[in-house]
Amino acid sequence: MELADFERLLGVWSKPVKNEVEKGAIRKFADAIGDPNPLYYDEERAAQSRFGRLVAPPTFSRTFDYGVIPGLEMPTEGLIHGEMFYTYYKPILAGDVLYASFALTDVKERSGKLGRMILLVFTYKVENEAGELVQEAKSIVIYRPEGGGAK
Amino acid sequence: MTAKRYQPGDHLTPLTKPPVTKIQLVKYSGASGDFNPIHTVEEFAKEAGLGGVIAHGMLTMGFVAQMLTDEIGEEGDLLSFGVRFVDMVRPGDIITCDGVVQEVKEEEGYQVVTCDVWAQKSPGDVRVVQGTATFRKPLT
Repeated sequence: MELADFERLLGVWSKPVKNEVEKGAIRKFADAIGDPNPLYYDEERAAQSRFGRLVAPPTFSRTFDYGVIPGLEMPTEGLIHGEMFYTYYKPILAGDVLYASFALTDVKERSGKLGRMILLVFTYKVENEAGELVQEAKSIVIYRPEGGGAK
Repeated sequence: MTAKRYQPGDHLTPLTKPPVTKIQLVKYSGASGDFNPIHTVEEFAKEAGLGGVIAHGMLTMGFVAQMLTDEIGEEGDLLSFGVRFVDMVRPGDIITCDGVVQEVKEEEGYQVVTCDVWAQKSPGDVRVVQGTATFRKPLT
């Protein structure tokens, strides 16, 4: 895809996808990071906390399915994750049923020492069943149309 | 017990992680659903010009998140957290996360703390991620 192809998709949101937050997924994710926080593993301990249930780590929403933006064909190579920024409104807890969606919200072309780059800004939204915003994220992905290594 | 009162210039409690391993990258791929082979397949990463597999940027961000949640404790809340991915992390690297308080405000029984956060391979070394976080902790 080229700049104009991305520009055509600006502001088009994916259809929200239902994501169920599973205990096992929380534990596996925390274990991969090597974070021993008992709120991620120990149900009794979590039940005594103000959360009442197992809690998901701050970057857990990375595991969600955000659906597809119709017409967006992301290359699988030549991508560099540049930045990630989260805004948290409510904790994510085991058993939550959440709806996740995303959109391309900005696109720019730059020339740098790595050659021609297309900067893609994606905005991610996670909402609960009541339609309340749980968290938002912004991700900047650098795409080099001529290819090359990735970070 | 009186809660810790933060002031600009205070360091957060740093967190040093065990060396990143290839097994950990496989586990993180599975747990996160990010199966880009540059993180797990040595030949693929070499062909991509990376000289070998590299860690997911989001894994390093997860390390910084661990430092933050340890600092914040159960009664506090992380409000925002963002990083720029600056440099590559490879198996064998020992990552230390650290942060410095920039601003402290008081709001409705909470102190709201904004800080710079980062991760580096060793103190004084180049930062692999660099960012900011805002959290709140009850005043009492």
